[in-house]
Parts: sequence; C-alpha cells; structure tokens
Amino acid sequence: MNLTNLLKVAITAILSNKSRTLLSTLGIIIGVAAVITMMAIGEGSKKSIREELSKMGTNLLTVRPGAERRGGVRLDPSAMQTLKMPDYESIREEASLITHISPEVTSSGQVIYGANNTSTTVYGENPDYMTIKLWTIENGECFNDEDVRKNAKVCLVGKTVVQELFGDKNYNCIGKTIRFKSIPFRIIGILKGKGYNNWGMDQDNVIIAPYTTVMKRLSAQTHFNSFNLSVMTEELSDDAIEQVTRILRNNHKLKQDAENDFTIRSQQEMMETMTSTMTTVQTVLVVAAAFSLLVAGIGIMNIMLVSVTERTREIGLRMSVGARGRDISRQFLIESIMISITGGLIGIGLGYMLSWVAESIGFPASVPLWSVVVSFAVCALIGLVFGIVPASKAAKMDPIEALRYE
Amino acid sequence: MEDSRKVVIELQNVKRDFVVGNETVHALKGVSFKIHEGEFVTIMGKSGSGKSTLLNQLGCLDTPSSGEYILDGTPVRKMRRSERAILRNRKIGFIFQNYNLLARTTAVENVELPLMYNNAYSSRMRREAAIKALKAVGLGDRLEHKSNQMSGGQMQRVAIARALVNDPAVILADEATGNLDTRTSFEILVLFQQLHAQGRTIIFVTHNPEIAQYSSRNIVLRDGLIREDTINDNILSAAEALAALPKPTEE
Repeated sequence: MNLTNLLKVAITAILSNKSRTLLSTLGIIIGVAAVITMMAIGEGSKKSIREELSKMGTNLLTVRPGAERRGGVRLDPSAMQTLKMPDYESIREEASLITHISPEVTSSGQVIYGANNTSTTVYGENPDYMTIKLWTIENGECFNDEDVRKNAKVCLVGKTVVQELFGDKNYNCIGKTIRFKSIPFRIIGILKGKGYNNWGMDQDNVIIAPYTTVMKRLSAQTHFNSFNLSVMTEELSDDAIEQVTRILRNNHKLKQDAENDFTIRSQQEMMETMTSTMTTVQTVLVVAAAFSLLVAGIGIMNIMLVSVTERTREIGLRMSVGARGRDISRQFLIESIMISITGGLIGIGLGYMLSWVAESIGFPASVPLWSVVVSFAVCALIGLVFGIVPASKAAKMDPIEALRYE
Repeated sequence: MEDSRKVVIELQNVKRDFVVGNETVHALKGVSFKIHEGEFVTIMGKSGSGKSTLLNQLGCLDTPSSGEYILDGTPVRKMRRSERAILRNRKIGFIFQNYNLLARTTAVENVELPLMYNNAYSSRMRREAAIKALKAVGLGDRLEHKSNQMSGGQMQRVAIARALVNDPAVILADEATGNLDTRTSFEILVLFQQLHAQGRTIIFVTHNPEIAQYSSRNIVLRDGLIREDTINDNILSAAEALAALPKPTEE
C-alpha cells in the first residue's frame, strides 16, 4: 500500500473514533502545551532580564573587593577592604575610558520618621551614581559635590521608603528629617519609582546619601564596598576593564604573578549569570514536561493496542484480500504517528494560548520557534516509537484466527 | 472424461495436521482434486469434516503439512507469508458468511480495498474498477451507500463485487448465503450462476445440500477425506426457483 492510501486509511480510522482519539491525545496535548509554555516563559524571562539589565546601562562596570571567587569562599576580612579612596581618585583621574565613577558604601538598618519605621538600605554614593544607574529625581534635587565634601546629612529617598514612613507614596516629604541609626538625614529629593526587578527585589526601597556621610557617620569605615563605573560605550567594556585593572594593580602594588585583590564585572557578565540561572530552571521544567510526554506516549500505545484488538477482523479481512504484514504494521504506525502529531499540533496551539495568558497576567513570555519545531518532531517520534508494539502485534496476526475473531 | 479446460486449482494429496496439546489432529488426510476454469464447485461437509481447513488451504491462508497445492500454476506450499498475501491479492476473491465489510465505509471504498494493496492501480483506476464490479452485481445505484445503511443482501453483493474487482482466478465463497433469508439467498445464488455463466471459477463452501443443485460439481468431505465428487448434469436455475417463491408480503 502506498503512502497516500495509508494516510487516507489512517485519517478514516481516526475520524471514525474522534472522542477516543482526542482522549488518547490528551496526554500529548498537555505535555506539549506545558513544554511550549515553559519554554515561552523561560525565553520571555531571559529576554526581559536582558532588557532590564540593559535599561540599567549596558556600559556598567562593577568593581568589588576581593579576588574572583570560584568554588570556595574567602573569609579573610582584610581581603574585602581593598578598595580605598586613592583607588577611587586614580580611576577618576587616569581611566580615560571611564566616564562616570561612583564609590559605594552601604549600610542596612531601620529608618525612622515619627512613629513609623521601616528597614532599608542606605547607599552612600556620589552624584555620578544617578547617571550610572539611570536614576531620575521626581521631586527635589540631588546632592552635589559640595554636600559630598562636607559629609552633608542629606538624602534621596525611594518610593517604598516614602510609602512606609509617610503612609502615602506620593507624599511630598522634601525637607523632612528622617533618622537612620540615630543620624538625622534631611530629605532633599524623591526618586522616581523603578518597581520590582526581575528577581523580585524592590528597587525603590532605597535611600541614597553622599558616600562620605555614610562612611564617616554611619559605618565608620575607610574602604568602599564597591565602585560603579560607566564605560564610554558598551564595546569598550573589555578595554575599560583592562585599564581599571592596571590602575588598581598598580595602586595595590601587586606583583606580576599575584592574583587581583578585586573583581571587575561588566553588565554583560551579569546578564549571562542571570540568564544562565534562568536556563537551569527552564531546563528542569522542560525535562519534567518531557516526562509527561513519555507517559503520554505510553497512553497512545495503550489505545493503539486496544484499537488493534478491536479491529482484529478488519486486519483479518485486509490480510485475506492481500495485505502483507508490513502493510498492516505501516497502517497502524501511521495511525499512531498521526494521533500523536494531532495531539502535538493541538498542544502547540494550546501552548501559544497559555503563553499569551501568562503574558497578559504579567509573566514575560515569548514562544521560541525552535521549541515548536522540536515539539512537533518529538511528537512524531513518540507516535513512531510507541506505535511499534501495537503495529507489530497487528502484523503478526494469523488471518484465519483474525477472521474468526468475535 | 478428460477436461480440456485450463486447470485453476490442483491439490496433490494435501494433508494438514494440527498439534493440539499432546495430540495431533489430522484435519485433512490426503485430499486430491483438480478444478478447471469456469467450474462452479460446491464443497460440502459437516462441521469437523475438514471443510474450513480445506477452504483455508484453497485461499492460501494456510499451507499444507504435506502434499502440494498449485493455484493457477503456482505451487503454494513453500511460499512465504508475504508472497501468499500477494498471491491472494492477485488470484483470489473471498466472500464470507458475515460479509466482512469495513464499518461506516461506502460501497465503492469497500470494493476498492483489494486494489489498495496493488500498487499497479492508481486511485482513479481503482475507483473505475470498483464501480464496474458494483454495477456487475446490480448495485450501480448504491455506490456511495455506507455499509451500515445496507441490507444483508446488499452487503453480500458488495462483498461479491469486492471479490470480483481484482479479476481473480478463483472466487472462494464461505457459506455466502448462511446469514441470509431464503429469498435473498436465492438472489445471491442467481448472481453466482450469472458469474458462472460468464466463465468465472467459483468454489462455494457450504453445509446446505440444497445449494449443490445449482452448481456444476459437488465435492463432499468427511473426516478429512473426499467421499463424493460428482458432476451435476442437471443444474437447476436459481432464477426460476426465485420466481417460484411466494411473493414477499409488504410491510
């Protein structure tokens, strides 16, 4: 029997048993829809992480104290205090590829206004920070270099802090004085809200103050927690890293073969780290969904075995009018492949729908085309693999017995 | 009397044994006969006479334990399963007691079935041959009727058309009138006699001795051996018998 006839026979058989076919494909439909949706949400999240990070500036470099940690953790506290004032000054003076630099000191704790308090983090920065991290001031103004020099007790507050302390996130609290670790800070600006970032951190729960104030009045430290740098353009990131590395090694008087006592990470690397985490999560989910496809395949095999038994007489008839074993086995193989492909197509459609629903309720989702292609191919394969047993059972039937079957 | 016509079927001391548990059942104990082209042979016998086993041999659904079966010049005993399938497809037309039509399938599609397994036929040739066969059995106006929309007699006609469609060397009918009422049985017998008149070779297996009167030769089987093999010189006309039947009462 040629392929056209085989397809015709398979379609007829499937159509004459619509509800059973649909039920047997339910597993495939759910499995494929799950795979497609997982892939879509995974891809969508990666895409939105990338977008978000590039919103923060793709030309961002972060310098942290301590050598790059691989595997174990270095606990030597002095290793974490390598970024000092001279480093900041040298980079600002010498690094030609760096347009902005802000040293960073952070201090976490309770901030109090009247009877209200909330826990937050104070970021000690310089005015460059606003440019580097793309902050906008909604109301009031940023502190200036003068405030930095004088360790001024002024600050900018994020929306969440305003909400928690004043009960209304749109409250104009310019000029109010809040206390953090018993140091009074006068609010001179309110930051425009950034919302939550992709990994669930509230970006508006911040207070930004001059780094000098934080260093001297709050944490009493002489080292910085990190530097945030802006490179001229994204393409120059690697050159800039090299330049900053040279300056810092020189400052720290590191020998030729000594390891760096600081780490520079570009936004790109951050992006890769974040998306690789997503990839892992995505892989786990997709593997789980793939197992459901395996189970669905067993379901199809089961239905096909029932179908073969049920159609024993038909098989006997076909054999008596000249069907060879291989004609019969092909017939059932094609049928099982078509059942599973039908399920796959419905599943792909459902997957698109679910992705659309996920997107409309706030999960970033975009269906990658290759996942559709792979799902389709996997379905065909499932139909083939799980059709083999029923098909060969049918092909091995004895026509005499089959014709007599009641 | 030596027959000058072509030999379609030749059995040479065909034996068929089945092993059931520890016992061996000798279903056919050495059967030999020749059937010539254009004969209408009834094979009769009670159940257990080896009738079904013989039919399976003739239909190439089974092979002899010993002896040889030559169908239209082809020795069958040593053929492989798939070779016999092709042989059945080209040389044999089966007609069953219970019609064995494909469910929910039109008459034309049912008749096309044997040609589906013959790649020499295109779908158009297939359809043309099927329509021709259906017209030959008087169902030219029922081409697209589905098997579940037809009466028993019509279904058996479709089955006969299916047996004719590949222009077989021999038509094998197994109790072809067994499920039909008297009137319809005669209608089918009329059709068989018409086919006989056209020169077709027909083997009709039955346990109903009446049918032997309408065939040209009768072979009686008992206990796996041939007891009688007689030429019928006085073939009755099924058409006349049909006309003599009381008219069916309108419902």
